[in-house]
Amino acid sequence: MNARVVAEPLVAIEKLTVRLPEGGDRLKAVDGIDLDIAPGRILCVVGESGSGKSMTAHAIMGLVPKPLVSTGTIRFDGENLIGLAAEKHRAIRGRRIGMIFQEPMAALNPVMRVGRQIEEVFRFHGVPGPYDRRVVKLLDAMGLPEPELLRQAFPFSLSGGQRQRVMIAMALALDPELLIADEPTTALDVTTQKQILALLKRAQAERGMGIVLITHDFGVVAEIGDEVAVMQHGRIVERGTVAEVLGNPSHDYTRTLLAAVPKLAKRPAVDKTGDEPLLSAKGVTKTYSGRTGLFGPRRTVEAVRDAGFSLARGQTLGIVGESGSGKSTLARIIVRLLTADAGDVRLAGVERNLLDLGSRDLAPLRRRVQMVFQDPFASLNPRRTVFEIVAQGLLAHGMSRADARRRVAELLELVALDPASALRYPNAFSGGQRQRIGIARALALEPDVIVADEPVSALDVSIQARVLDLLADLQRRLSLGMLFITHDLRVAAQVCDHVAVMQRGRIVEMGPSADVLFRPTQDYTKLLIDSIPGRGAFAAPEAGPTAT
Amino acid sequence: MEFLKRFAENRGAVAGAIALALIVVMAITAPLIVPIDPMSTRGRPLLPPGGEFAFGTDMLGRDVLAGIVHGARISLMIGLISTVIAAAIGVSVGAVAGFFGGWIDDLLVRITEFFQTIPSFIFAILLVAIMTPGLTSIVTAIAVVTWPPIARLARSEFLGLRRREFVEAAVLSGVSRFRIIVSEVLPNAVSPLIVMGSLMIATAILTESALSFLGLGDPNRISWGYMIGAARTVFRQAWWLSVFPGLAIAITVLAINLVGEGLNDALNPHLKGRVRIQT
Amino acid sequence: MPQLGFVLQWVVKALAVVLAITILNFFLIRLAPGDPAVVMAGEAGAADQQFLDQVRRDFGLDQPLAVQLATYVKNVLTLDLGQSFRTGRPVADMIFERLPATLLLTGTAYVFALIVGPLLGAIAAMRPRSVFDSLLMVVALVFYATPIFWVGLLLILVFSVQLGWLPPFGMQSMIPVKGALASTLDVIRHLILPAVTLGLFYIAVYVRLTRASMLETATLDYVKTARAKGLPEWRVATAHILRTALIPIITFAGLQAGHLVGGAIVVETVFAWPGIGRLAFDALFQRDYNLLLGVFLISALMVVFFNMVTDIVLRIADPRIAGRA
Repeated sequence: MNARVVAEPLVAIEKLTVRLPEGGDRLKAVDGIDLDIAPGRILCVVGESGSGKSMTAHAIMGLVPKPLVSTGTIRFDGENLIGLAAEKHRAIRGRRIGMIFQEPMAALNPVMRVGRQIEEVFRFHGVPGPYDRRVVKLLDAMGLPEPELLRQAFPFSLSGGQRQRVMIAMALALDPELLIADEPTTALDVTTQKQILALLKRAQAERGMGIVLITHDFGVVAEIGDEVAVMQHGRIVERGTVAEVLGNPSHDYTRTLLAAVPKLAKRPAVDKTGDEPLLSAKGVTKTYSGRTGLFGPRRTVEAVRDAGFSLARGQTLGIVGESGSGKSTLARIIVRLLTADAGDVRLAGVERNLLDLGSRDLAPLRRRVQMVFQDPFASLNPRRTVFEIVAQGLLAHGMSRADARRRVAELLELVALDPASALRYPNAFSGGQRQRIGIARALALEPDVIVADEPVSALDVSIQARVLDLLADLQRRLSLGMLFITHDLRVAAQVCDHVAVMQRGRIVEMGPSADVLFRPTQDYTKLLIDSIPGRGAFAAPEAGPTAT
Repeated sequence: MEFLKRFAENRGAVAGAIALALIVVMAITAPLIVPIDPMSTRGRPLLPPGGEFAFGTDMLGRDVLAGIVHGARISLMIGLISTVIAAAIGVSVGAVAGFFGGWIDDLLVRITEFFQTIPSFIFAILLVAIMTPGLTSIVTAIAVVTWPPIARLARSEFLGLRRREFVEAAVLSGVSRFRIIVSEVLPNAVSPLIVMGSLMIATAILTESALSFLGLGDPNRISWGYMIGAARTVFRQAWWLSVFPGLAIAITVLAINLVGEGLNDALNPHLKGRVRIQT
Repeated sequence: MPQLGFVLQWVVKALAVVLAITILNFFLIRLAPGDPAVVMAGEAGAADQQFLDQVRRDFGLDQPLAVQLATYVKNVLTLDLGQSFRTGRPVADMIFERLPATLLLTGTAYVFALIVGPLLGAIAAMRPRSVFDSLLMVVALVFYATPIFWVGLLLILVFSVQLGWLPPFGMQSMIPVKGALASTLDVIRHLILPAVTLGLFYIAVYVRLTRASMLETATLDYVKTARAKGLPEWRVATAHILRTALIPIITFAGLQAGHLVGGAIVVETVFAWPGIGRLAFDALFQRDYNLLLGVFLISALMVVFFNMVTDIVLRIADPRIAGRA
């Protein structure tokens, strides 16, 4: 084995178990894991939701939420952190072990100035003041603009990326030996993610500290990790260097996970450009304006500006962009859940502009354009059975209950669900199954066009892949036109024939996937592609990551 | 079933439910338990508790116990009816505002805000005084001053639910707007409304007692607040005249509040421990 | 200039409320069955022709409805609230004379409640389910369920009738005491029972509200951040949990402040406290509607005023509000 394993570990975890309260579906969140954290290296702990990866991190910090109990040993500098006196553990937190969290929006105190929040770390670990210069220096080191001013700001006026930088500044204020980062970039856009990962890597190299990075994304692992531990159901199933695990995974689960990671790979184009467009849009514009108070200044945000596209039968058009790019607004305008300010949307066989139709004229056309939603939990009414959910459109259009029952059984089979599940309520299903129910609902009225708004972004990768396969399969078999909204270029590359890239309400580049994603002409598209984490490792598998 | 289990876990709520059940039974069977007119003179005035009259008599020789038993009817009836009316107004206003949005929402919010600016107790006094005291005027007055918080809650629930994806899906499926409100939105909004409604019954009973105490009760019917108010001039000599009806009010209101909190914990387990106090 | 916009907004709002209340008042009087003049005068017990004519003139009842309304609104806007039917004195004078006593009572009770309530609630929230917490919650629940007037009567029974420690009614002793200090002490002695009566209910409200708000805030992500920074538990509880948890309490306290006069009516009646609450009760008893409407209008203005103060305090307490503008 290598020399680094011989070196004294910074943190040695043995038989760590975190027990869940009784009555849940599992007994243990973490089930007797052993894990050494080496100093000066980045250890990525990878797993899907519920794997116990985050709970392991919280156990090290002594922040396991109340009714849960952790047992075992977490040895740090000769002491067992489990059962350590609260005051001693407190002195280690923030000073010798720092931690950052997933949601930078929620992780900062909304009513305390940013500078004060950083200052607290110094103040309560006995560092004598004044702190102003130290805070400014720290903010500056995090690459934040105008640290003098920013120090006085409240979190709400900062962007997500800036907030995460402030969080990192807070965690690194006292140069800890270990930084625990719990999904630090999951809530961020790709371009911001790349910057934050680079910042973490740089800070690690400069300080020689160890990092434990909790993530669900093998792209992030490939981008930044030295070593990796794969967790499943509270256990570590595989452990090794990033090169070993990614290049030659030994455990089945790791292989499944790696295979499921969407790759930015070309797909065979099915070009049907000769067809008359099924759905086309021109000059779609939507502006939000709001007045703050009765006499406040009027502010306007151009959510969508002059957007246009054309979609043929049997094709998928991907609309790709970061948060706030207007992609979801555009989708909701197309299905007429939102009203546009201007624009022309045509559906094959309809003489008039869809956006001009009144609700009476629109009603019979609604069934031709259906939507699959992002959130598998919010998109199903918790108080109705699967039958009622899938059949609601059929019943509303006058189908008899007996016929609807037969049709729902067909539809459930189509999306690979047991037809017997029609009588159950949504809470009996997992996220992936719920999304299948949502797809069945969208297909019930035999639409021509499906608008899928981030249909897989709330799902774990392994489930993501299956739902994407299902969507692609259905689309081919039913010859649907699909508008596929996503923030993930890798997903777009897998399912889309054409791609439109949106930035601040405008479509900046559009064309066949093979062109836009592999020979981009616009800087913004290039930036997005460049920001895909672990691109080198996954786009060209034969190159493989090289061991450091 | 799960709801009942969660409710039963809360000992306070169970105690409240039992107490409330007893009070309701007492109110319903009042003419059977104490088959006398509580407004009639039964003995010598100002007899202390014990002896012939367990709770004593008032300055007109009326039986205090009979007043307490019969008074439960007025308290509970007014609490229930006024809350039902207030809830009907509040939910309609809130539902329309929250679901339709736009200028209708603006207008209804302004009206609701205005009614919240009015000092509610004085407004209730004015309404009862001008409409002449009686059951109808008290119920109307309480309903008129208590609907705004319900409207606000209903509005925020509807507003949140309207943007939920399952409601959007129903719109796209061609389900009619009325059906969406009734079968998609309302069932999901109803549990916080039930909790608030139950707590408002308690508030209504307190308001009724204060109005009756000030002499604005229905002069022909006995009520707990009226008993305390009428005995105000002699309460120093005859403590039982204010202590017993006051205890009756406090126990009833306490029981309803306990049940309301139990409902809150059982219906919205994720909000456990959060108190809703009307504003 | 956001400040200017803010002030302007409140001036408009206050005017709108006054106007709306005035119109409401106007129609309330006409809601009563029969000729408003007869209603007013008749209830005032002076139904002779001369009085009726005066009422008609005062309210311009001989004019078309629109003109009547305009006159009434104009009078109110110039602070002319008309005359009391009982005493014949201007309603505005009668109210302003009594206002200080009410402000003293409600102010004392409220400040008392706002200090004690959140303090107890915060201590309870720091050790949820402890003996102190459980006990406090029971006591709070009981006081939350108890009619204010009844608490007042019981306090008089115990502290005045039984123990003889404090005076049972009034704001000053019957026989005037000499000297500034002595008379101040005299007022304070009279103030204790009514202020405690009114305060107890609000303490119960704020104990429950503070505890609930803190427990909810304690589950937020940034509280975990504060702990991850290694802050001592007291610092997490004060600077991070309590600080934010107080924001909804400020909102609620502001909304409640204006409604204190309602509670004051009952308490002032029980303790014969010479404030506008007692004035309203007397007016009610004597069917002096004009006076009652005046009290109503002034109380509504107090609500608007306290809402404005709350808005200002909230802007200081919660930078997000000002930040959104």
